[in-house]
Amino acid sequence: MKEADMNKKVLAFFLGTIITIIPCFSAGGNLLIKNGTILTVTKGSLPKGDILIVGGVIRQIGENIEAPEGVRVIDASGKYVIPGIIDSHTHIALSGTNEMGEAITPEVNMSEVIQAEDLSIFTALSGGVTMVHTMHGSGNPIGGQNITLKMKWGRPAEELIVPQAYKTLKFALGENPKQASRPAFGGGSQRYPASRMGVNAIIRKKLLEAKNYMLQWERYLEAKKSKNPPKTLFPPRKDLRLEALAELLRGNLLARCHSYRADESLEFIDLSKEFGFKIACFEHIPEAFKITRELRREGIGISVFLDNWAYKVEASEGIAYSAAYCTRNGVLVSINSDGGERIRRLFNDAGKAMKYGGLTEEEALKLITINPAIQLGVEKIAGSLEVGKHGDVAVFNEHPLSAYTRCEMTIVEGDVYFDRNQYLKEREDAEKRGKDMKKPGGEK
Amino acid sequence: MKKRILFFSLIIGLTVSAFFGTEEATTYIAIKGAHIIPVVGEDIPEGTILINGNRIEGLGKDIPIPPGAKIVDASGLYAYPGMIDGYCYLGLSEIGSIAATNDYRETGRINPQVKATEALRPDSMHIPIARANGITAALVAPSGGFIAGQSGLIKLTGWTPEEMVIRSPVAMQVEFPAMIRAGFRREEAPREEASKQVVELKDWLNKARYYQKRKEAAARNLLLPFPEFDETLESLLPVANGDLPLMISVQAEKDIRAAIKFVQEEKLKAIFYGVSQGWKVAEEIKKADIPVVFGSLNNMPPSWEDGYDSLYRNPSVLQKAGVKIAFSSQSASSAKDLPYHAAKAAAFGLDKREALNAVTIYPAQIFGVSDIMGSLEKGKLANIVLADGDLLELRTSVHKVFIEGKEADLSNRFTELLDKFKKRDEERKLEEK
Repeated sequence: MKEADMNKKVLAFFLGTIITIIPCFSAGGNLLIKNGTILTVTKGSLPKGDILIVGGVIRQIGENIEAPEGVRVIDASGKYVIPGIIDSHTHIALSGTNEMGEAITPEVNMSEVIQAEDLSIFTALSGGVTMVHTMHGSGNPIGGQNITLKMKWGRPAEELIVPQAYKTLKFALGENPKQASRPAFGGGSQRYPASRMGVNAIIRKKLLEAKNYMLQWERYLEAKKSKNPPKTLFPPRKDLRLEALAELLRGNLLARCHSYRADESLEFIDLSKEFGFKIACFEHIPEAFKITRELRREGIGISVFLDNWAYKVEASEGIAYSAAYCTRNGVLVSINSDGGERIRRLFNDAGKAMKYGGLTEEEALKLITINPAIQLGVEKIAGSLEVGKHGDVAVFNEHPLSAYTRCEMTIVEGDVYFDRNQYLKEREDAEKRGKDMKKPGGEK
Repeated sequence: MKKRILFFSLIIGLTVSAFFGTEEATTYIAIKGAHIIPVVGEDIPEGTILINGNRIEGLGKDIPIPPGAKIVDASGLYAYPGMIDGYCYLGLSEIGSIAATNDYRETGRINPQVKATEALRPDSMHIPIARANGITAALVAPSGGFIAGQSGLIKLTGWTPEEMVIRSPVAMQVEFPAMIRAGFRREEAPREEASKQVVELKDWLNKARYYQKRKEAAARNLLLPFPEFDETLESLLPVANGDLPLMISVQAEKDIRAAIKFVQEEKLKAIFYGVSQGWKVAEEIKKADIPVVFGSLNNMPPSWEDGYDSLYRNPSVLQKAGVKIAFSSQSASSAKDLPYHAAKAAAFGLDKREALNAVTIYPAQIFGVSDIMGSLEKGKLANIVLADGDLLELRTSVHKVFIEGKEADLSNRFTELLDKFKKRDEERKLEEK
């Protein structure tokens, strides 16, 4: 028994090391992917083409590209090459998700709790994902600040951060912030707010406080500039919580709002107009199909589950047709994972948008590539295969929207971070070694 | 020529109505022009399926169509047998977080007396959605505790539970400990030993057998006391006698071995459910001849050292070892996704035809109903799906579903809500004009 356990540990060790070794084999951001079916998403497709990545950036897309000296060549014959998948809403690679101590916590910042060694990064890569927007949870009406990361497995946290991405702040409406699973009137949580009324009221109150705070600072700075500032002029007390909300009101932070019901989403749009802040995106919003008119008019995107629904009351009208229907009605839609399992099959969810609502292949692929890139403000560097964009690429054995497909390779900025063949080979080696280890005492 | 056909069909009509004794039985439906994938038997690139009443009367390239038959033009479509979900909570759960809508779990650990089909809600919103994706039958199962209760097989149509139940009970559901994984990156948490549960289960079965003996002895001898009625033992008797299969939810390699040993020692009929580490003991499962129903593949591997793809490749390894396999949705709200679990396994090594078998004929065989469903064959119930592509593909749309010869309504909560709110956008478009 002990030996078996020992062998398991040895095997685990080897499998662990394989995964950490992979990035070390990378060619330093230079790569030529040859002879794949290239689906650029924004510039059509090439039935058989090559992509040259130099210094992490796509330099050339075309046919019969020669490999510059020393550049690793990957044969993608018979395979599909697509832009790295982008997840607009997840919670992976963080050592905390919800600051539940209080209802309003915009001062907390997910960039300070990045967990670069979270295996979910590898899981994401195994599903072709190269970039994620990893967020504060939905426990608070105003949560924390989110962060956008590249899935550079094995690299330190600071190298994962995507500086070009929007700076975003999480808001949440409905059942989660009102703690519906722990009803205040059933002896559960006594936290305010406990209703949708309270959720709206507390957000408004805090934004008014922030406005007041900004005014105090303006008055102070104005007074300080005057010719004879009074000796008793003291700066207002620095408040990091209100400072973060001031950044929202100044337009330096964009709201990403977890909402489920159509009505609460409309209320939040009203709040954004009342205070003049910008909503980058509604999160989940299963009832988006009810308010395509408003979403389109306000230019607010949505980041949704394709068909994960009915897990709670506010998700019980979340129809699988919504993503396609909203797309066709002029709303910018992305499909998100919200977590570390769905993240490896976002391409399956995109495929379903063809069944439920009849999107074309290109429209469906956009839901997991260029659309989330636009939502994150990174469409100039990611989201499609174009010269000048980052060399973030996923390779699939069959069409990525087929149920029978499998991710073969995931590349971030020209470095191979996931290679299924290599993974299998090294797993086989490790298993062989495991068996070798077993022989001396195991088989009597 | 025409006269002769008329004469023959008259004869056929007469014999059939004589056979069934009613005129309704001669309601023929002919599905014409479909590419037929019968699952059992050769594909028919362009053929006809003739339905008579609730059964398939024949299928082939050239099937004589009786006069008066309703013709369904299926040219350009593929005809498949309806899929069978190997384990789900359809009709037992509506909204996950609302306890008031969940009836698949009883309190306590030992509940062999409860039957899933007795809590079945025929107008669950999830049933029409699954049906619209080509699923026509499902095993509905209780879960939780140790002996969870009795599962039953239902068809996905009908107004009352009675109309829906095909067979109940199908199995006694027992749950060995799950492999607890608090998070992908964390170590496996300590868990209860399955061997302890095996001892407990043996004890229950022995009690049931003894209870039976006492009853029999008392029946022979009036002077012996008749045992007090014991609900638990009474419910376990069919299992102890080897009549009712035990469907054992078991995940870990070690537990699977323990479960095999237990089943063999007790001489029970068994089906394994879940079996996430089955690939490690495929040969043993095959030798024991125990069929396997997989849980949802949309999960992380139970332990990291199994590899990121262990749940995906598990079905392929077991099938290649010769184990009879079936897939399940393990869900109510995602029951419609049954085909995609099979396709995912195919992406990781399972033969595509075997993947199809594992959502049609194999579950029918495992649940003992392959004489009436699971394939398109003469004499079987007419559970037929007409789709515009590969049934396991994401983009495929299901156009028509027949359950026991009747065309099923494919509208559902998704389509109803969509239609309702489409009106709003149509109004807007009118206003804009």
